[in-house]
Amino acid sequence: MKEKLQSIREKALAQISGSDSLDRLNEIRIAYLGKKGELTEVLKGMKEVDAKDRPMVGQLVNETRSAIEEMLEQTKTKMAKKLREIQMEKETIDVTLPAKKNAFGHKHPNTVALNEVEKIFVGMGYEVVEGPEVEYDYYNFEALNIPANHPAKDEQDTFYINGDILLRTQTSSTQIHEMEKGHLPIRMIAPGRVYRSDEVDATHSPCFHQVEGLVVDKNVTFADLKGTLAEFAKELFGQETKVKFRPHHFPFTEPSAEMDVTCFKCGGKGCRMCKGSGWIEILGCGMVHPNVLQKCNINPDEYSGFAFGMGLERIALLKYEIDDMRLLYENDARFLKQF
Amino acid sequence: MNTALSWIKAYVPDLDCTAQEYTDAMTLTGTKVEGFEELFADLDKIVIGQVLKVEQHPDADKLVVCQVNTGSGTVQIVTGAPNVFEGAKVPVVLDGGRVAGGHDGSRTAGGIKIKKGKLRGIESNGMMCSIEELGSSREYYPDAPEDGLYILPEDAPVGADAIAYLGLDDTVFEYEITSNRVDCYSVLGIAREAAATFRKEFIPPVIKETGNNEDVHDYISVSVKDTDLCPRYTARVVKNIKLAPSPKWMQRRLAASGIRPINNIVDITNYVMEEYGQPMHAYDLDTIAGKQIIVRRAKDGEEFVTLDGQTRKLDSSILMICDSEKPVGIAGIMGGENSKITDTVHTMLFEAACFDGTNIRLSGKKVGLRTDASGKFEKGLDPNTAEEAMNRACQLIEELGAGEVIGGMVDEYPVVRTGNTVVFEPEKINALLGTNVSREDMIGYFEKIGLSYDEALNEVAVPSWRQDLHCMADLAEEVARFYGYDNIPTTLPSGAASAGKLSYKLTVEKTAKEVAEYCGFSQSMTYSFESPKVFDKLLVDADDELRKTVVISNPLGEDFSIMRTIPLNGMLTSLATNYNRRNKNVKLYELATIYLPKALPVTELPNERVQFTLGMYGEGDFFTMKGVVEEILTKLGITGKVNYEPKAGKNYLHPGRQANILYNGTVLGYLGEVHPEVCDNYQIGEKTYVAVLDMPVVMELANFEIKYQGIAKFPAVTRDISMVMPKEILVGAVEEVIAKKGGKLLEEYRLFDIYEGAQIKEGFKSVAYSITFRSKEKTLEDKEVNEIMDKILKALSDMGIELRG
Repeated sequence: MKEKLQSIREKALAQISGSDSLDRLNEIRIAYLGKKGELTEVLKGMKEVDAKDRPMVGQLVNETRSAIEEMLEQTKTKMAKKLREIQMEKETIDVTLPAKKNAFGHKHPNTVALNEVEKIFVGMGYEVVEGPEVEYDYYNFEALNIPANHPAKDEQDTFYINGDILLRTQTSSTQIHEMEKGHLPIRMIAPGRVYRSDEVDATHSPCFHQVEGLVVDKNVTFADLKGTLAEFAKELFGQETKVKFRPHHFPFTEPSAEMDVTCFKCGGKGCRMCKGSGWIEILGCGMVHPNVLQKCNINPDEYSGFAFGMGLERIALLKYEIDDMRLLYENDARFLKQF
Repeated sequence: MNTALSWIKAYVPDLDCTAQEYTDAMTLTGTKVEGFEELFADLDKIVIGQVLKVEQHPDADKLVVCQVNTGSGTVQIVTGAPNVFEGAKVPVVLDGGRVAGGHDGSRTAGGIKIKKGKLRGIESNGMMCSIEELGSSREYYPDAPEDGLYILPEDAPVGADAIAYLGLDDTVFEYEITSNRVDCYSVLGIAREAAATFRKEFIPPVIKETGNNEDVHDYISVSVKDTDLCPRYTARVVKNIKLAPSPKWMQRRLAASGIRPINNIVDITNYVMEEYGQPMHAYDLDTIAGKQIIVRRAKDGEEFVTLDGQTRKLDSSILMICDSEKPVGIAGIMGGENSKITDTVHTMLFEAACFDGTNIRLSGKKVGLRTDASGKFEKGLDPNTAEEAMNRACQLIEELGAGEVIGGMVDEYPVVRTGNTVVFEPEKINALLGTNVSREDMIGYFEKIGLSYDEALNEVAVPSWRQDLHCMADLAEEVARFYGYDNIPTTLPSGAASAGKLSYKLTVEKTAKEVAEYCGFSQSMTYSFESPKVFDKLLVDADDELRKTVVISNPLGEDFSIMRTIPLNGMLTSLATNYNRRNKNVKLYELATIYLPKALPVTELPNERVQFTLGMYGEGDFFTMKGVVEEILTKLGITGKVNYEPKAGKNYLHPGRQANILYNGTVLGYLGEVHPEVCDNYQIGEKTYVAVLDMPVVMELANFEIKYQGIAKFPAVTRDISMVMPKEILVGAVEEVIAKKGGKLLEEYRLFDIYEGAQIKEGFKSVAYSITFRSKEKTLEDKEVNEIMDKILKALSDMGIELRG
């Protein structure tokens, strides 16, 4: 009996280890452990065994059964693993094939530049506001200390609708609208479209964008203007950027300045972009002229302020090294997708 | 404005700096230097030589062999110059030297190196130069020949440096003068700034008394009829004029300023104009009838021939200089042909006047003429300069021996202009600048630029040529300029911190932009003005409201003459550009403002409305576009049922593929396929779809509040219905019924099949919906759902819809 069980065990284990498929394993399981399996037959013959030997034989049978079951299970796991490996081997892909992208659209370069500017000033506590593009002469000129027949009116080559209404030549008009609201202090930037009668070419467009800035509060100084714009320049062009303020003239600020930044291409050494000077002119600025404050019913003895204005296209062209302004208004998809 | 450094140094003799240092320092005190040209930059080893001997070249007809004394010896030079002769003194570039360019006037960057060599076998040790080879031209050296060597005067010192002799050892600076600094449109003005910048002494010319013992009033009288346009008119007379070339130093300075030397009289007027910024004019006194000058407005329609021979049409806004019979000049712009100085002039009338800048500017535009003189007058000159300039000019006449100046000056100057005074408030200046500059330093800065401080009155007296200084802030700028903008500290505003943010409108727009970009649309920008012809291109009816536009009175041309009232032209133009360039599957969006006049003619500002405009061709269809619209609205919190009304009445859209977008009865915009004829007009060869959202309305409805709704705990019950209905019935109508009859328990309905064709009778379509019900409180029973479904089905069959099993 013992020998018989031993031989069943050896035979079964040999068959299992020699099997090559899950189906074959199943056949082996039925052949030994099934209702009519060899081991089951042995159990059926237990009654012929001596009563005293029965426990021993029973134990042997169970051991044999466990051994076969264990072997079956192990082999099955191995085999499944093997099969999965084969399967995965078959499923190998060429990972360098093109990606399936959700084709996102792109922002206009002006917007990319504006977002950067807005982010910096919003971070400094400025509100982003807007004003009308078709504007009264008063807001575009007169309230900004540019009276009738002032030469600056000619310099800016204004498009007129009629004697009194025009297309604004500068976002500075929003300064007046904000100050007229009478809510002080003011910290605002105002991006928007402006118009000047320049023929279209690589560096001119009759319709372009500016960003205006205005701060009005008690004790605002020219030093504050310098500090604010120096911080802005570092944020926009990199921490190592230096700024230079040159005296200039704008009718609505006094003192006035233009701000240059160290060329962000050559770092100030001089290159083609900065025409060898190492500096690039970025914006105009100054302390709000007392006449302008007065026009808006703000007492210049109590309040002071600074204002600045920059051309958005100029920043976009410089920052992204776009060599022709016309590209900004053609909207060629191959151009836009680079931003 | 261009000026030679040597001219500035004439008044600031101690000035000593490199061209770059000068550029940087002047720019930082407000006199912006745009650039400079060192006239000698490309010139090297050029001396004055004398030709001793000229012999024919043995092997070349057009060449001669010269022996030239260069001061340090005699060298042999072969030349092809036609005007060489024995005894001629000429500029000679020695072996190893450089010239600026060719004799044809062409320039070579860095100059051309001259080395000894052989010309047709004969040794040549250098080159004799034309004025062009020295980097200049006959414009500025009028005594140079048209072709050939520049022959120098007989007294030119042989062996001396020709660069210095010709005044080419100079640097010409180009300035950008701001419109407030009228005084700096003059050499003296710039020199004064240079002296203050470098803290050197400023020494203006000393004007001596001039004139003989005759009285100018015996020669001429002046009557100014329109003193509003001519605050001052001064006149002097010069007789026995001897026309001759002006001296070289004067020619050089004029040349450096870009003014061509002509003769002593013309050159003196130009010289003084540059020096003082005061234009002058010279009339031949013998042509002035009645010994009288009358300054008056022209008559409407009057014609006048200016000294350039052109006939100019005048009107009564233009100021004229006249004699007792006729006009002799357009005031401040150009003299007349009838009174101009000719070679035979004997006696001349000198005019230095002050005219109203605005009037000169406008008159110049009317007659179509802008001269050096009018360019200066336009800025608005100080009438006090006229007298100084006049006397300076007469001084030069005498010094140059150009004529005999008659004693006295006719001066019509009814209202004398004086300078301003400004209260001196150093603490306010420091408070504005954020500085701590001492009052003494401030006063020091003022004095360097001609301002004086009156201690008793505590006032700063501003000279009349600084009309730009009126108030404390103006003085603060003067302090800042000379204290140095660089030296002002950098601080941040000290006021209370505030939270920065976008305006609500910009927030809504930003959200819409982001969604459009996620959906594959890229942002475009187009001009706000366009041609009135776009309405025809877009098939807009002749009497459509859209054609009522804000019109630009002075546009760049018809193509840019009206402010857009519809955003589609820009979008379709951009799409057409892309189509033409064979870009595939283009999707664009634009935040396009339209400008709707409130009334015509325009008397108040138009209604500016941002139109969120989407356009695309290539992949996708009407429903793709509709999907983008709904994504935008959803993200803006407009989450209720959006309705689409076909036949939106848009001529530019396909009549069967257009819809107004409605929300609770409010039109938010429209979308549709672009009318094929419009596509043809824009030459877009693919089906094109557009959508336009009227952002002011959308903004009103937008809602960024978020409220969490509990996730359903109880199971849903879903029923499918299938129906056949006439094609004309819109599925929107079916959905309305489902929504209305579905009641509170209705969770969702979804179209899952729509079919026309085989097995469906002609003119009908098969439509299937899946409808889901759910209760928040319990598990629904079949019976409850059945009741609702019965209501829906009944309402549908009442509409003539046939329900299928």
